[in-house]
Amino acid sequence: MIIELGHYALVLALAVSLVVAILPLIGARRGDLALMELATRGSVALFGLVTFSFGVLTWAYVVSDFSLKNVWENSHSAMPLIYRWTGVWGNHEGSMLLWLLILVFFSAMVALFGRNLPPTLKANVLGVQAWISSAFLLFILLTSNPFTRLNPAPAEGQDLNPVLQDMGLAIHPPLLYLGYVGFSVCFSFAIAALMEGRIDAAWARWVRPWTLAAWMFLTAGIAMGSYWAYYELGWGGWWFWDPVENASFMPWLAGTALLHSALVMEKREALKIWTVLLAIMTFSLSLLGTFLVRSGVLTSVHAFATDPTRGIFILAILSVFIGGAFALFAWRAPLLTAGGLFAPISREGALVLNNLILTVATATVLTGTLYPLVLETLTGDKISVGAPFFNLTFGLLMIPLIAAVPFGPMLAWKRGDLLGAFQRLYVAAGLALLAALTLYYAEHGGPVLAVLGMAAGFFVIFGAVADLFYRAAFNKVSVGTGWRRLKGLPRSAFGGALAHAGFGVTVLGVVAVTTFATEKVVEMKQGMTTEAGGYSLTFDGMQAGAGPNYTEDRGHFSISRGGVRVADTWSSKRLYTARRQPTTEAGIVTFGLSQLYVSLGDAMDSGGIVVRIWWKPTILCIWFGAVIMAIGGLVSLSDRRLRVGAPKRKARPVAAPVPGLEAAE
Amino acid sequence: MIRRLVLALLLSLAALPALAVNPDEILSDPKLEDRAKNLSLQLRCMVCQNQSIEDSNAELARDLRLLVRERITDGDSDAQVIAYVVSRYGEFVLLKPRLSAKTVFLWGTPIVLFVAGTTVMFINGRRRGRKSAGEKLTADEQARINRILGE
Repeated sequence: MIIELGHYALVLALAVSLVVAILPLIGARRGDLALMELATRGSVALFGLVTFSFGVLTWAYVVSDFSLKNVWENSHSAMPLIYRWTGVWGNHEGSMLLWLLILVFFSAMVALFGRNLPPTLKANVLGVQAWISSAFLLFILLTSNPFTRLNPAPAEGQDLNPVLQDMGLAIHPPLLYLGYVGFSVCFSFAIAALMEGRIDAAWARWVRPWTLAAWMFLTAGIAMGSYWAYYELGWGGWWFWDPVENASFMPWLAGTALLHSALVMEKREALKIWTVLLAIMTFSLSLLGTFLVRSGVLTSVHAFATDPTRGIFILAILSVFIGGAFALFAWRAPLLTAGGLFAPISREGALVLNNLILTVATATVLTGTLYPLVLETLTGDKISVGAPFFNLTFGLLMIPLIAAVPFGPMLAWKRGDLLGAFQRLYVAAGLALLAALTLYYAEHGGPVLAVLGMAAGFFVIFGAVADLFYRAAFNKVSVGTGWRRLKGLPRSAFGGALAHAGFGVTVLGVVAVTTFATEKVVEMKQGMTTEAGGYSLTFDGMQAGAGPNYTEDRGHFSISRGGVRVADTWSSKRLYTARRQPTTEAGIVTFGLSQLYVSLGDAMDSGGIVVRIWWKPTILCIWFGAVIMAIGGLVSLSDRRLRVGAPKRKARPVAAPVPGLEAAE
Repeated sequence: MIRRLVLALLLSLAALPALAVNPDEILSDPKLEDRAKNLSLQLRCMVCQNQSIEDSNAELARDLRLLVRERITDGDSDAQVIAYVVSRYGEFVLLKPRLSAKTVFLWGTPIVLFVAGTTVMFINGRRRGRKSAGEKLTADEQARINRILGE
């Protein structure tokens, strides 16, 4: 009965969603406040209904109700409780429901926190959001219904895919979707602006917090996914340029560009049309990613969604929304007037460069991801586009970006002084080179490119510090005054500097791991010792073990340095009994920011076992950098200006310029 | 990422759960082994999804790794090894496709976009620069100012 209520709530949600998708828009046209107000309540009601429905599905998982086909296919009564919770979105139907839940969550947030939005804009934004939720509700109800029953109900489930039985599944998909779907708000704002035919700095100010929030979640989600793949897959890689990864990376790149162009628009009213276009593109890439992942178009051997009707349905959603948005853009964008002027060397100019590079990078990833697919469809020729292609093209594009990042915040709005920025940054650049060289000598050997790469990473980090240093004017005033001024800087200044520094940390980690990581494959017998990354690993032997729903063979390793035992680790091979599927659980030992990664292979006839050991120096920087970026986003989001909300559209007071204080973004 | 994990799992079902490179494959000369490894990273495991033969544990990937090592020990240059593998398995085996009529858009997109974007940026910048640098008022602007001042 509860299950049917959940199903019914979903159908009801579709009805509500259709109402919100139509009536408030009519209200906005006619200036009917009552109809417009419907959007607010409707969006909140929609969120309530979908939450209820999602709760029912979760309940079915928790109590192992195998009369539900979805639960039977993806759960098992012996599974630990946490995986019965997370298993809800470890499958196609459930993850689409999560997608929808987050979509209506954002709609409800806009409805609740958008009190200061002009009523027509709010009604239009929520209306567009409801179009999207209607489309996905239809998709779920018609092709991916999680509430399908089985009669008779099986006694036991088929278990969740073992690689998904991990804390990663609890964190990664929700974070990723919060990012992915969060960009829908930017999209809806862009469409609403095009419908109204007006857009201004206030618009950018309303959109910025949503962009920031979505970007923050997506950053954290991608980083989490990368770390998950790293420790779970057992071959030590952390980014594979897999189409599915690219699907989440493209909205991130476009979203990062959007974050920066919205800044220009908010401050200087320039780049309006471009910002709208980027907002549309970012969410379109999210939709495209959903299509690529959910339709099974990428390959024939995918685990989920092999049913072509789903693929065609999502393709239809994709065409309607992306096609419609671009058509609307082409029709209405000429109405939007271009804004402020600026010289090429200025903060705006630097942000345009940022947008140029990020957009080209997005396009490169997009072409690389889709090219084999399109080529095969058109000509039948099969080619592969893999990591070596992306590393080369994307890597080359990142060089000018990294070099330019520290300059951006140093340049003044409108007309900047490149020489002045150079003078301010040469200390940072010098320190960066010095730090990179020190590390280089400490590690010994390694191509010269590694030094330059690390210097680039440090340059970005020190550049961010220098930014704050000069904003507080430590060079002009006493330390005490400088300190007070530093504390007085808006949070968004710290957020921006943190995000940039985080980017530098990630660059550092990537360069260090790429150049200094070592790999060793050896056959080990009990009691044997081998060296890796300056540590000695002794293999103490194998032991059989069992978990709630798996059996495992695990090997124990003692790790010592200079004869002193410093750590030990287990590395295991598991067999999940319900599906008879093997997995490897690598033994990972962290030393500072570096890791020793031990993975087990085949047992040999001689009685030994193949062991693969990686030394991954400063690898944690890759993900810490991303976490710092996300924290930067959070700090920026907590800025008073955004918390208080956007100002009224008209009569925006012109802030009196404070001598020596630059406008912060 | 999830799908990546799932995929890896499916593939590990197809082959025995072995590690990619086994100790018996490794060449005794570290320089040659390094070259073999670099080449292996460029070559696709034909039965896998987006995995190099270096990372894959499929039987076919192992055969290809052994083939690469055999050619290297026989004194082939890197280019010769690649050419040989492509002649046997086709362009599909290359993870970084070579520039050809088929791949011109793949390689061209980033370059064309970057050049086009820079050009647009430059032209816009100059136009903006000219506009903002205009110190003399146009007749229209002068007329408007006169009107305002006259009021």
